[in-house]
Amino acid sequence: MATPSLDQLRPGGRGRITRIDGEDGLVQRLMEMGLLEGEEVEVVGFAPMGDPMEVRLGDYRLSLRRVEAARVHVEPL
Amino acid sequence: MPPPHRPTAALVGNPNTGKTTLFNALSGLRQRVGNYPGVTVETKKGQMTCGGRVFDVIDLPGTYSLAPRSPDEMVAVDVVLGCQKEEVRPDVVVSIVDASNLDRNLYLTTQALELGLPVVVALNMVDVAESQGIHIDAGRLSRQLGVPVVPIQANKGKGLDVLRAAIACAALDRTPAKGPSFPEAFEREVGALRETVGADTPNFLVRRLLLDVGGYTEKRLVDRLGPGGAETLKAARGRMAAAGCPTPGVEARTRYSWIREATAGCVQRPAKRFVTWTDRIDKVLTHKLWGTLVFLALMFVVFQSIFTWAKPLMDGIDYGKDVLADWLRDLMPAGPLTSLLLDGVLKGVGSVLVFLPQILILFGFIAILEDCGYMARAAFLMDKLMSRCGLSGKSFIPMLSSVACAVPGIMAARVIENRRDRLATILTAPLMSCSARLPVYVLLIGAFMSPPRFSWWVSGLTMFLMYSIGLVVAPIVALTLKRTLLRGETPAFVMEMPLYKIPSVRTVLRRMYDSGMAFVVRAGTLILASMVLVWALLYFPRAEGPNGQLYDVHLAHLEDELKDLQKQKEAAGDGAPSELTDAIEAKEKEANAVQGEWQRQSLLGRAGLAIEPAVRPLGWDWKIGVAALASFPAREVVVGTLGVIYNEGKVKSDDVMEAENVGETRLARAMQDAKWEGTDRPVFTTPTALSLMVFFALCCQCASTLAVIRRETLSWGWPAFTFVYMTVLAYIGALAVYQIGRLFL
Repeated sequence: MATPSLDQLRPGGRGRITRIDGEDGLVQRLMEMGLLEGEEVEVVGFAPMGDPMEVRLGDYRLSLRRVEAARVHVEPL
Repeated sequence: MPPPHRPTAALVGNPNTGKTTLFNALSGLRQRVGNYPGVTVETKKGQMTCGGRVFDVIDLPGTYSLAPRSPDEMVAVDVVLGCQKEEVRPDVVVSIVDASNLDRNLYLTTQALELGLPVVVALNMVDVAESQGIHIDAGRLSRQLGVPVVPIQANKGKGLDVLRAAIACAALDRTPAKGPSFPEAFEREVGALRETVGADTPNFLVRRLLLDVGGYTEKRLVDRLGPGGAETLKAARGRMAAAGCPTPGVEARTRYSWIREATAGCVQRPAKRFVTWTDRIDKVLTHKLWGTLVFLALMFVVFQSIFTWAKPLMDGIDYGKDVLADWLRDLMPAGPLTSLLLDGVLKGVGSVLVFLPQILILFGFIAILEDCGYMARAAFLMDKLMSRCGLSGKSFIPMLSSVACAVPGIMAARVIENRRDRLATILTAPLMSCSARLPVYVLLIGAFMSPPRFSWWVSGLTMFLMYSIGLVVAPIVALTLKRTLLRGETPAFVMEMPLYKIPSVRTVLRRMYDSGMAFVVRAGTLILASMVLVWALLYFPRAEGPNGQLYDVHLAHLEDELKDLQKQKEAAGDGAPSELTDAIEAKEKEANAVQGEWQRQSLLGRAGLAIEPAVRPLGWDWKIGVAALASFPAREVVVGTLGVIYNEGKVKSDDVMEAENVGETRLARAMQDAKWEGTDRPVFTTPTALSLMVFFALCCQCASTLAVIRRETLSWGWPAFTFVYMTVLAYIGALAVYQIGRLFL
């Protein structure tokens, strides 16, 4: 079954990361920033023009573009 | 004999960890900036004393990871590995981490542990962590990581003595730190690659070569693998994937699980996360409506401050320069030396200093916004809009500032980390309609686009259109650049939204001071040189006028006579005879005529005459050509040059700006009456006026902008490129406006 990607969650929605697509520099950066399989993320909100979005991971918050978040697949919690 | 080796400590850390604050606190006031060929990032170097021993401290650019993807990111890696030519290899790495966000910050630390150098961890912002209920046992963490961990509060100067002692100790001890162990399959590939690449390549780089798919290490080292190097790498990565540790996941997974083990038992967290001040503030500041409103209000203040508040200071500098020039003119005999000093050097120095108020104010704001954590929010709010224009969220402030003046705007592009985004911003910022264009518009609109020639609304509309040109053209140019010269993979935007904090006064002042110095010392000298060059082109050949006297001597003579007459008039007071007033006017006219004549026969004047065929299609005569050429130092100079060339003397752009009815000023009248030589056809028709305005909207007649681009990109190529592309655009724009306008108007 296809899992939704992070950018498809609504503000306040939470999910557990199941996988991240690709192996380019972007994926490396996402992983360096702590977006790894098994981690829990919460969507804090979206910027006024709908992009980028803000997510919380444990103690910190990240801002990332929707195209970047689309690489991150989550299992909604 | 080489100088005795002074131990060096390198500071690495994530953005927003207080790294710069720590660096300033450790190294005090004496700092210098290090530039490296081919890159736009800088390092800062200072000195600290510990136990009577002097250390060098290098502040490296803030980064989330030591996995370089560009030449700019490579600098930090090269410095710590000792591969940067200008620098000696550091003896110890100080890894500063944010205690309130320990795990994520330790990621970079684990990379630092593999550099083969001793590492000291500076655990910053322990007070912030405590306030969130996060308690860290530094002693235990130190044992787990195998390196000293020193709790500090860089902004309050706490814990710095202990940190200094730990750095000194580690530098003497020289035991390299040890990082996490990677899976066997990875180490095996590293060993194999190492043999091919050669033993002189640091182990750290061989690991990066394997881990960073498409990274900068790959670009640099792939040739060393011999023919088929790319395949060798691919095969190695394939074997790793088959063994269950694919790139890039293997690195992040290995590091984070090591960090989790290392911090287990050292960190106490509250059962439920505290709602922090940052959470509450962000509810407003990233809110769709309120966040946008606050952002716009803030930007308005920033813009006002450089557009309006800087004005009195700039006027003061200008006034001081004029007073000094007048005083010196009376003191010195007329001649090339006096002219060089007054019209070349003094004018040049004045035009450098005049930018300082705007630069200092803007960088004060930028430092506050960055230090308090708002800059990341500004980028968050503006990213969508700016990325559609081929730029990034952080380009907003530079572009906005450029509406006041491109010089501080281009310098403000330093906040953009990505090289291509930064270059695109720097190269298009001069298209924004800056305040130096305003006198040109005011003069031409006042003289040719206002009643009685046109209805009352035409002048406002023309002004609006002139301002819109930049707003329309800049995104087009930026998008074009991004698809051609600055093509490359879209940089990852993902960044941390840092906690809000009170900005440190010291950091803000330091930033202002540094930006001011960077401008005056490095861009200033270039601006000065260009001013002197243009002066020489206007002064030479030092020819004799029709009456057999040298122009400058003649002019100085006339001005002395004029002064005498004015003194007589003042002495006579209200009862001055009207003949005296007439005599003054006649003398002024004579002086203006000599000055005009002088300028016309100067090298620049002759060049203007020579290029007339080129400007003819724009509807210009050679006088306008000369004025456009002579405005190379700065656009507003065109007003002064037009004044001289139309025998109206040195008209100051402020005179035009402050005139109640611009169309009635003497310069405007002279321009309205100007005829093509030998005919009664007026030179300035509506299409000609519009073509001249469009030219100035798009051209890069601003030596200061070019000097700052040179300074910020550390290359002559980019300023040359900017000048050429903008001049070509300006020419095409002016040509189109004149030729099309001629059909309708």
